[in-house]
Amino acid sequence: MNYYLPRKISIAVLATSLIFFNNVYASADSKQTQKADVITNYANIALATYEDALTQAQALHQAIENLVSVPIEKNLDAAKVAWLAARVPYQQSEAYRFGNPVVDAWEGKVNAWPLDEGLIDYVDASYGTGSDDNDLYLANVINSQQIFINGEKVDVSNITPYLISNTLHEADEVESNVASGYHAIEFLLWGQDLNGTNAGAGSRPASDYDIDNCNRGNCLRRSEYLLAVSTLLQEDLGDIISAWEIDGEARTDLTDLPINQALDAMITGMGSLSYGELAGERIKLGLMLHDPEEEHDCFSDNTHNSHYYDAKSIQNVYLGRYIRVDGSLVAGESLSNLVAQGAPQLDKHMQKALAFTMIEMQTMVKRANTIESYDQMIGSGNVEGNQVVQNVVDALTAQTLVIEKLAPALALQKIAFEGSQSLDNPSTVK
Amino acid sequence: MKSSVFYSMVAVVTCATIATLLQAKVHPITQDFQQAQSSEWMAGGGATVDKKLNTNSFSHPSANVDFSRQMNFSLGNALFKKLWVASPSSTLASDGLGPLFNAPSCQRCHIKDGRGHPPKANFPFDNAISMLMRLSVPPQTKSQVEAIESGILGSIGDPIYGGQLQDLAVTGNQSEGKINIAYKEHTIPLNGGEQASLRHPTYSVDRLNYGPLDPQTMMSVRVAPPMIGLGLLEAIPMSDTLSLSDPEDENMDGISGKVNKVWDVMNQISTIGRFGWKAGQPNLPQQNAAAFSGDLGIASPLFPKLSGDCSQLQTTCIEAFHGGSPLHDNLEISAQAMDLVNFYTRNLALQKRKNANEPQVLQGKKLFYQSGCVDCHHPSYTTSEEAAVEQAGQRIWPYTDLLLHDMGQGLADQRPEFLATGSEWRTAPLWGIGLTQTVNKHTFFLHDGRARNLLEAILWHEGEATTSQQAVIDMTPEEREALIRFLESL
Repeated sequence: MNYYLPRKISIAVLATSLIFFNNVYASADSKQTQKADVITNYANIALATYEDALTQAQALHQAIENLVSVPIEKNLDAAKVAWLAARVPYQQSEAYRFGNPVVDAWEGKVNAWPLDEGLIDYVDASYGTGSDDNDLYLANVINSQQIFINGEKVDVSNITPYLISNTLHEADEVESNVASGYHAIEFLLWGQDLNGTNAGAGSRPASDYDIDNCNRGNCLRRSEYLLAVSTLLQEDLGDIISAWEIDGEARTDLTDLPINQALDAMITGMGSLSYGELAGERIKLGLMLHDPEEEHDCFSDNTHNSHYYDAKSIQNVYLGRYIRVDGSLVAGESLSNLVAQGAPQLDKHMQKALAFTMIEMQTMVKRANTIESYDQMIGSGNVEGNQVVQNVVDALTAQTLVIEKLAPALALQKIAFEGSQSLDNPSTVK
Repeated sequence: MKSSVFYSMVAVVTCATIATLLQAKVHPITQDFQQAQSSEWMAGGGATVDKKLNTNSFSHPSANVDFSRQMNFSLGNALFKKLWVASPSSTLASDGLGPLFNAPSCQRCHIKDGRGHPPKANFPFDNAISMLMRLSVPPQTKSQVEAIESGILGSIGDPIYGGQLQDLAVTGNQSEGKINIAYKEHTIPLNGGEQASLRHPTYSVDRLNYGPLDPQTMMSVRVAPPMIGLGLLEAIPMSDTLSLSDPEDENMDGISGKVNKVWDVMNQISTIGRFGWKAGQPNLPQQNAAAFSGDLGIASPLFPKLSGDCSQLQTTCIEAFHGGSPLHDNLEISAQAMDLVNFYTRNLALQKRKNANEPQVLQGKKLFYQSGCVDCHHPSYTTSEEAAVEQAGQRIWPYTDLLLHDMGQGLADQRPEFLATGSEWRTAPLWGIGLTQTVNKHTFFLHDGRARNLLEAILWHEGEATTSQQAVIDMTPEEREALIRFLESL
């Protein structure tokens, strides 16, 4: 008698535990699948975003061709509108830059900033320094047949995409020698913004591209430069699209990682853009210094939109959804769903924090469209404008604190450094 | 001369006393080369990062910068990259450059936070953007002699050109002149039928725009040093530096490490110098403020002269517009902004070493240690607990004693700086040296970039390092290769 009960119990326990283990395995498998789906959707959104960026860059190129062939204000304005539209999808790709080494290594070609505009074209005399010095600071490639880089004479008589990307861009290893990308095109469309924290963007006239009425000189070379740099932008966007296609390097870099590390890379991208890059370097610094030069899209006074779509980019990654330029939706398995399963409260917090940032961003955009431009908002003594921008910084900071909780909630293990155990107790290290 | 000997003796007594009092403990140097020491991989301790090696490898924040301080790093980075412009300008916040300057931003010299390089050719065929020339004359007036003897000034600038040659100027001013370099090659035969060629530079100044230099003016040319690990160097306990010093070579090993005694502007006292090629600056805030003043012409709380290094005889420069602004405490950069730059410069991370256990690297390590290199390139420390949280209590591997050593006449610039004589230089840290090619796409080493690779750099070591230099000359080619491989692994 005595033996029956325990035996029954042990069988029952065994049976229960078998069922339990089966469930664990089943759920672990589906968890893995779900995580893989999150990564796939993340990569798909990257691809769609860059494809949209290319579509808009192609439209921009068309507008630039129109401007160069018929250099009238109407066509210059149309090119500016096309540039502004081209920024919308591109800025939404920025959360992919951090955490994806392929993107980070590439992005300087298309979005490097700030730039020494004197490298490319004429600048106002107040910009000037060392005009007796053969320095790239004022090299003005458009006005030169040859320049000196690193002690070597470089023939720049023929302006080509190749010259811009391989010789001029980051010449002398100087990061501000920006010869390519959106901001170079922006400068060539708008010209320098010499208004400081007063109203007004750059005011380049269409006649800068009018070979027959070329007031500032070099209109043919300026046109050649603009066409070349716009061609180059399309080529560069083409490269990054390939990197996100099936078997592309950016995509396989992620899928080759242990799945949790890939998720960690996504979160790193969100946090790094949100805090250090956007809240810090791009917004807080300018606010602290009240410096209109510290403006991301400074020639066009488009900084408010640039910041807005950066924030949107972070939200897109978390929610796993992106609304394309044509209005269609790319959506799939998301970080949000993953977090919600284990930590529903955290997911709610995260969604709220992201939404709150978008509200503060929206307030800033509205102010830029109705009251004053971004560089005026950060001006010294503008208490109300400063506060609107500070609210954006605060919202980004608050959302980053929530982003930081995502990895622990998903139990993502950071990779430990080899030998790091010795750091806890240096005195024991031989 | 008499005075400098006197002050060295004061320094000796002081150092010995303090060292005894603090009973400094310096990590003993290993004799075991079977495998890498466990902490050695992480050259910067817990601040070390482990990232893909590329041109940004010197630009990462310390791995242990926590969230609340990451923004300070970003803001400091932005200020480090910031292009300053001439006054007056539409932008009050960014103006104040010059009137005389060497570069319009920090990053312009400290390219990719890395090591500067000599120009490939003299002006106008290249610029000396990441290199500068210090100028000074022997003290001439009674007050100059007193300033030197009391340790308040490290040197006396040229009467017209000041303490540094600024080779750029804002519009309306003339640059001071251009560095001119002439190299002369001489070969050194090495064991195993190899030979090396060293290029010996001679410096002069072209296109002097403010009249001739003083006949007695001494010139010292330096490249921008790499920015990595500077906060950790600052956190090395003073007692460790002092305990390694042996100015009278009492242990008779032929090496007489000496501390420089420099002026601490903030505290108005004479203290130990540890930054700069001749250890002429006591700490990073002063080093950074001095660079803003001398290299960019930007006035800060520590060096508030709006006209930078303009001398009284350069009247256009003195009378030019300056960028003092209420936004910046009536200076050109505020205390708040300087704090951010200081935070940034303390937190540029070392990369984790990748191949410390490779047999050839370990062989090279053994040769490096056994050839006496570590007598000056002291391998390792544990940083002070009192340092900032990112730097405190870390086991680090900088390979320097931060002391001055006589490097012989070949390397001498013949220009004293505080207690450093014309032939003395501070032992340069070696961590990260193997990534110079990766980050800066060159391998120019030593204070003026005269060495074109690591072997040449080693062969320039004379004076106190003569025995080690000879050991390298006597090595087999295979041993020299291992030695270089070790350095490249740092």
